[in-house]
Amino acid sequence: MNTTTSLPNGPGAAAVLAAGIGSFALGLLAVLADKITWIKSCMNFSNPTGPLSGVTTCAIFVWLAAWAILQMRWRGREVRFAFIGATALVLLALGMLLTFPPLADLL
Amino acid sequence: MEITTRSLWTLIHGMGFGALYLMACSGAIVELYRRYCTHNPAQPTERDEASLRVYLAIMAALAWLAAITGSYIIYPWYRAKPPAGTTDLTAYPRYLLLSSPHTSAWHNIGMEWKEYIAWIAPIAITMAAVVVLQYGRRLKDHPALRNTVVCFVWASLLAAGVAGFFGAMLNKNAPVEGGDTIHIVRGETK
Repeated sequence: MNTTTSLPNGPGAAAVLAAGIGSFALGLLAVLADKITWIKSCMNFSNPTGPLSGVTTCAIFVWLAAWAILQMRWRGREVRFAFIGATALVLLALGMLLTFPPLADLL
Repeated sequence: MEITTRSLWTLIHGMGFGALYLMACSGAIVELYRRYCTHNPAQPTERDEASLRVYLAIMAALAWLAAITGSYIIYPWYRAKPPAGTTDLTAYPRYLLLSSPHTSAWHNIGMEWKEYIAWIAPIAITMAAVVVLQYGRRLKDHPALRNTVVCFVWASLLAAGVAGFFGAMLNKNAPVEGGDTIHIVRGETK
């Protein structure tokens, strides 16, 4: 069977952009927890793991929440994927860069 | 031949979940590109598609298991604070590394980078698995989406590679040791 029904790019765009947002949230929260004392203590969800527990939990929450919202908005729709895909990749790259300590120390 | 429980967990985390994930990444990148490439006239069969879906789902499970065991089982042992007056820091890897200028960067750059960047791998590969699950062969109709998904898988490979490299080097310089000893094989003395 080679026949398939077409599927708009909205759900895929939602998944990709949410992953970019989640990655960026991870990097940003890592920097904030490193620089700001009260955020560091707020992120201490689990004492043995320390602020890493809060940073990763919050980033995953942001990722899943963004995914759910975007999925609701873009389900069954065609969206401008070129812009959305590029934005997702920029957010991913920024998220990865922000986790690099020497770079984060410059901020 | 014996191993401590902490070493065993480190092995499960690094060699079991992490290394397997790294090895699987290249396969995912090649298959995503090859199967859904617009230049490839052949349609992937349903069986092919099902196998890629299972493959990516297993990769996502490996990435989550690696990140969770690393952060919630091994990292607490790594960062445990020694009691005041402790002079032998071998059971406290973080403090052992920071006690010497020759090794402190392994913590300040290596662990500080690894502990966060490793979490990008499960996010990226879960997204890739869900997109392939949703779209299947219809990814051929969305080359830009497919290319972006492949970029995310590359990023997850990079993230897991950084985590794996520093994990190995940290364990070489300050191994996470302790806990019960498991005797695997009793040897003979000569």
